Amino acid sequence: MALGRSSSPHAHGPRSTQWVMQQVLVATVPGLIVLTSFFGIGSILNILIASVTALACEAAILKLRNRPIGFYLRDYSALVTAVLLGLALPPLAPWWLTVTGTAFAIIIAKHLYGGMGYNPFNPAMIGYVVLLISFPLQMSAWVAPTGLMVDGVSALGPDFLSSLQIVFSGSGVDGFTAATPLDAFKHNSSLLVDHFYQQTPQFSQARWAGLGWEWVNIAFLIGGIYLLARKVFTWHAPIGMLLGLSVMALFNYDGGSSASDGSIIFHLLSGATMFGAFFIVTDPVTSTTSNRGRLIYGALIGVILFVIRSWGNYPDALAFAVLLMNFAAPFIDYYTPPRTYGHGKSGTIIHRSKED
Amino acid sequence: MSKIWDIHGGIHPAENKQQSLGGPIQAVPLPDVLILPLSQHIGAPASPLVKVGDKVLKGQMIAAAKGFVSAPIHAPSSGVVTAIEEQTVPHASGMQAPCIVIATDGDDSWIEHSGTTHYREKTAEELIAMIRDAGITGLGGAGFPSAVKLQPRQTINTLIINATECEPYITADDQLMRHCADDILIGIDILAHILGDPERVLIGIEDNKPEAQQVLATALQNSIAVENATAIEVVEFPTKYPSGGEKQLIQILTGEEVPSGQLPANLGIVCQNIGTTHAIYRAICHGEPLISRVTTVTGKACDKPGNFEVLIGTPVEHLLTEAEFNSALCPNLVMGGPMMGFTLPNTSVPIIKSTNCLLATTAEENPAPPPAQACIRCGHCAEVCPASLLPQQLYWHAQSKNYERLEAHHLADCIECGACSYVCPSSIPLVQYYRAAKGEIRLIAEEKRQSDRARERFEHHQARVEREEKEKAAKREARKLAAEAAKAKREAEAKAAEENPEGTTKNTPADGDTKNTGELDIVQAALARVAANKASPADQRKRFERAIETTAARLAKAEQALEVLNKDKNAEQSTEKLAQIEQQRATIEQARLRHEEAKNKLAALNTDQPAAEPAKSKPQTETATANTDDPGLDRAATAIARAQKNAAEQASMSPQQKLLKQRDALQNRLNKAQARLVQAESKGSEQIDAFSNAVATLVEKLATAELKLTDAENAPNQNPASTTEENS
Amino acid sequence: MDELSSLELLLTAVIALVALATVFGIILGYAAVSFKVEGNPLADQIDALLPQTQCGNCGYPGCKPYAQAIVDGEDINKCPPGGQATIEALASLLDVPAPELDAEHGAEAEVKSVAYIREDECIGCTKCIQACPVDAILGAAKLMHTVIVDECTGCDLCVEPCPVDCIDMLEVPQTLSDWHWQAPLPPAERFTHAQSGTHLIATDRGTDHTTDRAA
Repeated sequence: MALGRSSSPHAHGPRSTQWVMQQVLVATVPGLIVLTSFFGIGSILNILIASVTALACEAAILKLRNRPIGFYLRDYSALVTAVLLGLALPPLAPWWLTVTGTAFAIIIAKHLYGGMGYNPFNPAMIGYVVLLISFPLQMSAWVAPTGLMVDGVSALGPDFLSSLQIVFSGSGVDGFTAATPLDAFKHNSSLLVDHFYQQTPQFSQARWAGLGWEWVNIAFLIGGIYLLARKVFTWHAPIGMLLGLSVMALFNYDGGSSASDGSIIFHLLSGATMFGAFFIVTDPVTSTTSNRGRLIYGALIGVILFVIRSWGNYPDALAFAVLLMNFAAPFIDYYTPPRTYGHGKSGTIIHRSKED
Repeated sequence: MSKIWDIHGGIHPAENKQQSLGGPIQAVPLPDVLILPLSQHIGAPASPLVKVGDKVLKGQMIAAAKGFVSAPIHAPSSGVVTAIEEQTVPHASGMQAPCIVIATDGDDSWIEHSGTTHYREKTAEELIAMIRDAGITGLGGAGFPSAVKLQPRQTINTLIINATECEPYITADDQLMRHCADDILIGIDILAHILGDPERVLIGIEDNKPEAQQVLATALQNSIAVENATAIEVVEFPTKYPSGGEKQLIQILTGEEVPSGQLPANLGIVCQNIGTTHAIYRAICHGEPLISRVTTVTGKACDKPGNFEVLIGTPVEHLLTEAEFNSALCPNLVMGGPMMGFTLPNTSVPIIKSTNCLLATTAEENPAPPPAQACIRCGHCAEVCPASLLPQQLYWHAQSKNYERLEAHHLADCIECGACSYVCPSSIPLVQYYRAAKGEIRLIAEEKRQSDRARERFEHHQARVEREEKEKAAKREARKLAAEAAKAKREAEAKAAEENPEGTTKNTPADGDTKNTGELDIVQAALARVAANKASPADQRKRFERAIETTAARLAKAEQALEVLNKDKNAEQSTEKLAQIEQQRATIEQARLRHEEAKNKLAALNTDQPAAEPAKSKPQTETATANTDDPGLDRAATAIARAQKNAAEQASMSPQQKLLKQRDALQNRLNKAQARLVQAESKGSEQIDAFSNAVATLVEKLATAELKLTDAENAPNQNPASTTEENS
Repeated sequence: MDELSSLELLLTAVIALVALATVFGIILGYAAVSFKVEGNPLADQIDALLPQTQCGNCGYPGCKPYAQAIVDGEDINKCPPGGQATIEALASLLDVPAPELDAEHGAEAEVKSVAYIREDECIGCTKCIQACPVDAILGAAKLMHTVIVDECTGCDLCVEPCPVDCIDMLEVPQTLSDWHWQAPLPPAERFTHAQSGTHLIATDRGTDHTTDRAA
């Protein structure tokens, strides 16, 4: 009687890559809902366009590389990239912007480096940065949050049809945009923070850190906590990033002068902070491997994020911070091996090996 | 209650232990045959003490331990040894290994045996010897000879009894504890006595076996047999795989880590499996060697899973029948647990000492793993690794065969528990990569060791050859000096004789001697010249010409001598003389051969001389050729030159040409061999048999070569690659 | 006055430079002596990588001479017993590209073999003993010889000199103790076996069959 032969273990846990990716997709839902409620259906349109583009690009590349298409599409990794990029792009961005960014992310940033698991840089962030550098105008045109009162007039987002029109014809978004809180804050040069908050509708009508944005961040935080609870990733990288950002904000907070860099709560709840902390920084492929390394990796992203936000040219800088740290990930890995059972303090391996 | 510590990582796979906990430990009917592999333990295989056809009794030692780390093997039942042969053994490789096969006679009659309950009166050495002679090895799975573990050089302050049984499905130890708690406690007491009554004796047990824990605790309270029962403590800790690993258990119970590459004994700890303690109890108190064990048979492919007291050597199929195994449902049969067990090649392999479980799962129960995807570096593997390794880094380096980095990442500390593979969302067979890499590293180390040894031996060989060479040169030098001295003396004497003619007669007997030395002198000079001018063809020619001259002269002289002898033969019919004649004949034959050889060489040199020039780029070839006549120089060099030439020629040839060449070479060798045979026959040498044998072999080889050649000619285009392979 | 000062300046500069040069020279000289790295001579390092079969297939009478020859500029691809692994190790040591094994010197054997003397046929001629480069054959004139299997490097230099042709090269069989798991097949092949012939995580380098299938 012939029996099959294989190496142990002969049992396998319930988790699969598909499951992990599905969880990430599920966790974006609260964020998406809040985004939609404040900024209209733009984000949903972004995600739809990005998803179709991503799946098409993935399929085409897989075909070129002679891989089983169905098998790979079912791992949801392309979809995750698309959704993350769609969430990051400004709502009502013209369709070609989304298509270009997604195609670049999938084809160049992912597959040219060898496909899933081999890409050194976060594909969604590469796509985002390419767009930010190439099309700064379109990338900074954020729709004003619903309910924003400017000069006594409540801003109303475009309705469904005009949204479609804006996205596909690429014109008319100007009438609906407003500066994001980070933008507005950056351009404040003369007012004390308190005065600035009172005079700027984005802040005066909000609770902590800008109308709409604070809730978007809280929604992504909830999604992140869900992922933590499902043990999709460990707490090290996101908490590291939030800590890094907070510590920088704490040390640079001068009590609200006109040259202030913003309070901790402002930094934590504005821009892409929570989205980045729980959905971008936690990307396993491009981050470090050990928990200690992840803490350092996250913290440094937080620091860089604050540095660019406060002293750089861009109002938000998640993509740059993440990509810079993607570069540094292998280096961090090298210096943060865990202490193996029965061995002395970690780091001994650095001196023992001759190469690398 | 002792404090317990946590280990890093670990997983919680479905336990699946209830299935096999239904009934008591069942007996198994005596099988018809028992197959006993000689290597059931870690260490050197045992060496058989019985022959085929011997009758053996139950408990009789049939194979003895060979070396320190080894264990003897006993007949599990009475019967007749029917074979000592290679059989498929239960091993991950599915390979064959030597086994003793016993056909049972059904009597199951014991050899005379006795034990003692007064083990406390015996010394540790006596008890260890008894344990060793009982063939007891670790019953937990690894199978390390127990006696070896009980002879630590360090003082032991903690004895740990491993009752963890952390692998899913397995319940053999659980059942044993429930039914034999008193015996186990005595076994533990024996161990404690051997180890000089350590301060603490900890029985580590997971909290998923409350019944067993209860039984043990009760037995401990009521025990009267155990002397220092107060030192024994049953420690319960949370269920987590792989807390039953020796190193992990030590960490859980003591908070200490066994330093990498060291033994628990270095921490003053000895760890034994709970099943082993039971076997030790039986060996000491009843004198019964390890011939049976409790094995769990479980999985959905078995209708009646349970635990069985089974004889070592029982074929797996015999045991499976007891559990109503349905082979149609079972895609692969695992010996051991699902995490660390190995698949069996077939069901005829035997149960061995370390078989704690037979796991027959169905395809639904344990589906085949999906195809592996790319590593997404999620890091779950690192989180669950009980040794705090970085499994994904190990995986990358194992894939790229970067052994140096693997060692830097402490691959050697991997206990192959399988937790990383279990959680991997991309279902990468990580452990298999590590196993392969470990094996490869071991192999490289072994090759390195061998090559270092070969280098050493080669250097010694070279040194020896050189030394001999020097000694010979020194001897030659001495002879030369002696010859010169003799010559000088002779000349002086001749002078003296001229001056004084009466002295001539006195000098005559010495004449032969001087002649001999004169001859020697010539040889010396020739050799010196050879040494001086090896490479120059002109010199070679001179040398050969001279060789022809000298050999011709020698031939003539030898024939003359023979004439003289033949004449003398009639005069003195002594056997001595006859032998001398024979010898002389041989000398002539040799001289003639040399003469011819020299002639041939000269001819060859004359024709080859233009071609010989380019060959200079490989000086050692020429050196070798030049040295053929000089037996003092290294013959290895000659052989090397030949081998190299052959290789060079072979490489540039097509397979068919190679075959042809091979055949020619064989033909050549055959001719040589035949010549030797003829020579031997003519000399009436004792070696005729050997030579004729060689000729026969060569004829046979030649025939095969011709056959191959014809094959190759018939099918030149079909499969040239395979012919090359056969050829090489 | 100006001239004098400029001259002074020049002088100062020259003196300063000379002083600096001296100081650094001393430091460098000291460093060269006291921090000198005592490494194996290159030939020994190369010798350490060679398989030590001493078979002479490379054309040199042993591994050490070949190592020396490599130092003197010989090719590194002449060692069939070492095979491609040795060539790569040598290439990485010498920092040169790794060539293919030079077929002129023979092919890499897949399985290690050792010499075995059919002892009842041996006539005790000692020819093989003299041919063995590692003294792995035991015996005396007119007495049967035998090979010390553990020491035999499998160079087969003893086969040819044997007058009665009683030496065989036998492959060393694999035993349980030296068996080990092989790495899983590359994902591509594994998938090809399991499924319909497409590659799952095939390497993009392997153009041979990938393109075949695409075509």
